[in-house]
Amino acid sequence: MIMRSFRSLLAACLALLCACSDSGWNNPYPSTDDSENIFYGSFSERPKHLDPVSSYSENEAVFTGQIYEPVLQYHFFDRPYRLEPLTSETVPEPIYYDQDGSDLGSDPLAEDVHEVVYRIKIKPGILFQPHPCFTLDEKGNYLYHKLSTQEIESKTKLSDFSSTGTRELIAADYVYQIKRLMHPKLHSPIAGFMTKYIKDLGQFGNRLREASVESSRTLDLRAHEFLGAKIVDKYTYEIRLSKKYPQFKYWLAMSFFAPVPWEADAFFNQPGMKEHNLSLDWYPVGTGPYMLTENNPNRRMVLEKNPNYRGELFPGTDESDKESLMPYIDRAYYSLEKESIPGWTKFLQGYYDASGVVSDSFDQTIQFNTRGEASLTEEMKDKGINLVTAVRSSISYMGFNMVDPVVGGTSEQSLLLRRAISIAIDYEELISIFANGRGTAAQGPIPPGIFGYVEGENGINPYVYKWTGSQAKRQKLEVAKDLLFRAGYENGVNINTGEPLTLYFDTVSSGPGSKVMLNWYRKQFNKLGIDLVVRATDYNRFQEKVRKGTVQIFSWGWNADYPDPENFFFLLYGPNAKIVSQGENAVNYQNKEFDDLFVRMRSMANGSERQEVINRMLEIVRRDAPWVWGFHPTSYTLSHSWYGNAVPNLMARNTLKYKTIEVSRRSQKRNEWNRPIIWPLLAITSLIIFAFIPAWYVYIARERARLGE
Amino acid sequence: MELVILKTDALFFILIASLLAYIFYASKKEHLARPWRTVLKKPMAASALTILAFYLMVAILDSIHFHPEIEGSSSDTLVYSSQVVSLLDEVLKPINKNTETTYSAPFAIYSYAKESRESETGQIIRDYPRLMHAGSHLSDTSEVRSDLIMRSLGALGYWVFAMAILCLILISLRVVKLKSMVSDWQNLGTFFRPSPAQAAAITFAVVCLLISLIATVGPYYHILGTDKVGNDVLFQGVKGIRTGLLIGTLTTLIMLPFAIVLGVAAGYFRGWVDDAIQYLYTTLSSIPGVLLIAAAALMLEVFMTNNAGDFESVTARADLRFLCLCLILGVTAWTGLCRYLRAETLKLKESNYIEASRAFGVLSWSTISQHVLPNLMHIVMISIVLDFSGLVLAEAALTYIDIGVDPSMESWGNMINGARLELAREPVVWWSLFTAFLFMFILVLAANVFADSVRDAFDPRIRELD
Amino acid sequence: MFISPEKGLGSVSSYLTRRILYAFPILIGVNFITFVLFFVVNSPDDMARVHLGNRYVTEDSISNWKSERGYDKPLFIALDSAGKKVFTETIFFDKTVRLFTFDFGQSDSGRDISYDISERMWPSLLISLPVLCLGLLFTLSFALLIAFFRGTYIDSSAVILCVSMMSISGLFYIIGGQYLLSKLLQIVPISGFDDGIASIKFLILPILIGVVGGLGHGTRWYRTIFLEEIHRDYVRTARAKGLSEKGVLYQHVLRNALIPIVTGVVALLPSLFLGSLITEAFFGIPGLGSYTIDAIQSQDFAIVRAMVFLGSVLYILGLILTDVAYTLVDPRIRL
Repeated sequence: MIMRSFRSLLAACLALLCACSDSGWNNPYPSTDDSENIFYGSFSERPKHLDPVSSYSENEAVFTGQIYEPVLQYHFFDRPYRLEPLTSETVPEPIYYDQDGSDLGSDPLAEDVHEVVYRIKIKPGILFQPHPCFTLDEKGNYLYHKLSTQEIESKTKLSDFSSTGTRELIAADYVYQIKRLMHPKLHSPIAGFMTKYIKDLGQFGNRLREASVESSRTLDLRAHEFLGAKIVDKYTYEIRLSKKYPQFKYWLAMSFFAPVPWEADAFFNQPGMKEHNLSLDWYPVGTGPYMLTENNPNRRMVLEKNPNYRGELFPGTDESDKESLMPYIDRAYYSLEKESIPGWTKFLQGYYDASGVVSDSFDQTIQFNTRGEASLTEEMKDKGINLVTAVRSSISYMGFNMVDPVVGGTSEQSLLLRRAISIAIDYEELISIFANGRGTAAQGPIPPGIFGYVEGENGINPYVYKWTGSQAKRQKLEVAKDLLFRAGYENGVNINTGEPLTLYFDTVSSGPGSKVMLNWYRKQFNKLGIDLVVRATDYNRFQEKVRKGTVQIFSWGWNADYPDPENFFFLLYGPNAKIVSQGENAVNYQNKEFDDLFVRMRSMANGSERQEVINRMLEIVRRDAPWVWGFHPTSYTLSHSWYGNAVPNLMARNTLKYKTIEVSRRSQKRNEWNRPIIWPLLAITSLIIFAFIPAWYVYIARERARLGE
Repeated sequence: MELVILKTDALFFILIASLLAYIFYASKKEHLARPWRTVLKKPMAASALTILAFYLMVAILDSIHFHPEIEGSSSDTLVYSSQVVSLLDEVLKPINKNTETTYSAPFAIYSYAKESRESETGQIIRDYPRLMHAGSHLSDTSEVRSDLIMRSLGALGYWVFAMAILCLILISLRVVKLKSMVSDWQNLGTFFRPSPAQAAAITFAVVCLLISLIATVGPYYHILGTDKVGNDVLFQGVKGIRTGLLIGTLTTLIMLPFAIVLGVAAGYFRGWVDDAIQYLYTTLSSIPGVLLIAAAALMLEVFMTNNAGDFESVTARADLRFLCLCLILGVTAWTGLCRYLRAETLKLKESNYIEASRAFGVLSWSTISQHVLPNLMHIVMISIVLDFSGLVLAEAALTYIDIGVDPSMESWGNMINGARLELAREPVVWWSLFTAFLFMFILVLAANVFADSVRDAFDPRIRELD
Repeated sequence: MFISPEKGLGSVSSYLTRRILYAFPILIGVNFITFVLFFVVNSPDDMARVHLGNRYVTEDSISNWKSERGYDKPLFIALDSAGKKVFTETIFFDKTVRLFTFDFGQSDSGRDISYDISERMWPSLLISLPVLCLGLLFTLSFALLIAFFRGTYIDSSAVILCVSMMSISGLFYIIGGQYLLSKLLQIVPISGFDDGIASIKFLILPILIGVVGGLGHGTRWYRTIFLEEIHRDYVRTARAKGLSEKGVLYQHVLRNALIPIVTGVVALLPSLFLGSLITEAFFGIPGLGSYTIDAIQSQDFAIVRAMVFLGSVLYILGLILTDVAYTLVDPRIRL
């Protein structure tokens, strides 16, 4: 019976596999899609929000970046990163006014500025993607805006609404979205932050909240007056800030400031819509090159070309070249891949077009030449795989809580202790073991590629490193031990009390890698004779501890919102301290001189004068060592030979439109790489069958013997 | 040395003490001693028991914790480190202290991963560096094989010597007679069908040989390789014994009384007792164990934050978390066994002899203890053994979602879970998983074989047949 | 002892009503424990923070978030209210009452929970059901085979094999299976999912691994149960009557071992629907496996509540089925 069922199972499998053998048996996609111009990618974490007002994380930007169009974008090729117009005519220049309303010129002192105006003119003729919220009936009324509950009852997907419409993009859509930032039900993560800068935003929020309490009906934001953003004409609007904030233009390139049509809100806010999973958070409506046609975050997300898209010129080409209008790829399939191994294997088999490098297959993929530059191994080169690397604008650091009695404070003892630890923690080793060398040890808070970063000898942190002629070298452990001795600890034992020094490291434990990582940290502290107690906890508890300032030592990271040093220094700005204002200064670092310089630096334009201020700030924080500066990770991206324009751009989120796929080459390579091998299966099956033969004989023999008794 | 008694240590020693007390008690009572003698009559069981005894020894060694002195301190008074180490750590110090930077294969003398370093000419090259503590005494790298053979032969020599001394001692103490030893081994047949004592002796000798090999080769090579941060994998495997043994025994200890008392009571008394007990275990087992464990782990975290002073050392924190895990696993695990026992009691109650004894007015309590409980023993035994291995494996699954044993504690579950990423490497890093599997397999197999014999010996029907 | 058919049926229906009535206190108890566990660990403030993200969050938006979802009420007892409201104006009352009508409402992130569950249940079932059936078929066959050869070297080596298969971690089966069949032999896709008939090629590997991974544990467990039955008196009687060994095994041993088998299988009922976390993560199956644990981690209490509730309903259903099955297997047992 067993044999029979096994055989039939196998036969069924084989029959099934033969049925789809025109492409590889292990092809996870229907073979009919082989000749389609589709991009295949993966995502490991489900996007939480697709509403531009609440979407913030990078994994969400993969989708929202292609769908929503803010007025500005980062230039695809230019480095350092440069903003260019996307839907606007030009990059807007701020106009500064003083108390009396007179123009102050292009770079006034921050104290004089009373009001800043950004006047933005958008291009005419841009259309929204097809969406039922725009559909008009014969009389010109919106078809789906006044649905009865019965009508909504039968709808569970957006595609259940049969007809769609579109509309031209106007300035009011941008203003509408800025108003949405304060909508009491939308909880924008930047709402609180923006009220510090955008005029009237905070009061507007209060007015909205009062209005929503007074009437049970859904808010119509258009009816509420707002001074911070005004429509000038059909294609022009103004944003008013209350203080000088040159970094504001970077925010204009983020999806928080993308246009949202009021029709979308009117459509999705109908009673019953939310209960049927119909919301803007799930079905975004934008003007971008792609639109989301399938949203199943447990399996896959599908982006499709927006048929109403105007077509954008590829950077560097001119008007005459109408052939090269972006986007190039018709559809993009992103599949959920929670574990790294299956995703990596699929990439190698040609079923994903691009991939990061899995840390554990690093030596198989990457080799370093004699100058220490990364390149691909022969095996990867043979497959035609390309590698692009870029230092990410982020930092991973270890912070000392400055209000902690042992490691914090400004006393000589704690200062020396912090410096000793800074030297002892060998981040070069960490990068080598845990990131396969994919990172640069940090000399200060500013990562390479951001203004203010200094290369070479002048850029090193002299408290931790020494310049050896060609590179920075970490100071010897003896130096750290000596510092520790001067701090009052001999080999980790307090000289006065004879108590061994124990420090506490708070961290978020995650995944199988965390155990070895924590052991590594303990090893580093043990080098100084310090016992490190790891208090691993979940992310909430960890955040709560940071909020209350009860951590001692912890590791954290920051990923730049925009390419400006302000976005890194503000992590150390006194008034931003966690325990003071719930800000982003997690170590609660306070230094008057630094804070003053920060305020100056914040509103300065890039130039040698700003660099001077930054250098002074760097010197202060390096001396005080509130962080062990950690490292800046490097991103390594691999892509197949058929995947074009794989240029790393860590700031731009809307890069899908630039990419190309050579479909015929892909099918050919896929067939070449995926040839099923069946003989081992047949061998194993026959082996199992043969193994039962002796058993059968024994059975027969036994029965005979028993009956013979 | 400043002795430290962790909570799990205390419980473990209580467990051992009660085990010893039981052995003493059973040896006095004939009806208890007889089945145990039957257990030991089986060579397989005797051999399994020997292995279990070794595991137990390691666990005991690993449960004696203390603060070591800090060496090289200038102050006059003795200073104790705040770290907690066990006797086993001291014994294995030559193996434990030899940490490398990262992975290395078993018996390798080169690192597994390439490393960038500066060559003499100032160029940066990336290749496999020599290990710091494996074969570092060799100047010529081709000597590895011969060196290994020499050391193994040395180990063999030590072993033969030690065994001979042991035999002499045994003979001189007249525990074993030389003549019978010689005659027993004369024909080859006995080698394949050894007596229980011989089986135990052979197992003992084999384990001793392994220990002697580890003692001679271990300090010079990484017998089972090193892990990602260069710690010796063999050491981790040995350290995992305590965790594995404790998670199995402590959890069982916690759940057994609940499961047996409640299961039998529900099946036997029916009525409201049954309803109440069913309510209890249905409610408890309906809640996903994950939620229960995650909640307990987090509550513990809060507790430890509030009482930070009491949990100064890493070990104390890990220990409490471990105990908490055992408790919670015990709370979630008893329901399964309880259900089986209830079902079986239901069946037994309908059987003729219990009907009869009830008809004769025998008290419920003595009916239960005389007729029901002995007939449930096999289910209890089997569940213990299956749960035992299941618990060791469950620990790995819990670690997958970060609510298992504390990451700072050595456990097979942690090793297996870490192997998830190692298996994707090319070439594969197999030794961590292999080590965990090896240690776990031996333990689970020995426990299984032993429990089988125990079941056979205690099962009333089989006993009647003999 | 003989039970007349009418009496038997009557007792079955009264038993069922009784059990269904019992289900209510159980479900309330489960819900109570879930509430206690969840809120001891996470305060509503924590939940709000997780949902609102961690950059630039203000107290205002937190209190907003809470009041929208009704988490601003007291947990179990509203001391400042009067009369009945002491209990009804609480989070517990609010949320529990709705569960009993199977109205799971919306998750804290705004999704319709019933819709999500019904969408994700099927992929889980597509894997767990074949694994259960095939696994049962294979383990029972192997266990019978081993029971037949009991006491021989085949038996003891099979036990060793089972134990070693048990000791191998499930992760290894998955990773090894994927490596062998998908990477080396390139016979099936390594992970993914599709609708309808096209899903079969994605299901082969997880099902195969599920069956193989459970073989060691299952075979060993059933072997013990069979051996237990084999040693009973009636089997010896049957054998003495001249019944063939095959007949003994099939007609008597298997039949009588059904009680523990049924108990074991029915206990799996909730996990059939709720899927397997690790398998689904590695094979990219859009099932329910990670739904609960994701919800715990993202502190989406509405989902946790709904899933725990659903799990207990299934569990209770399983228990009732077990008891009904007992009477079918062994008519001596009264309900």
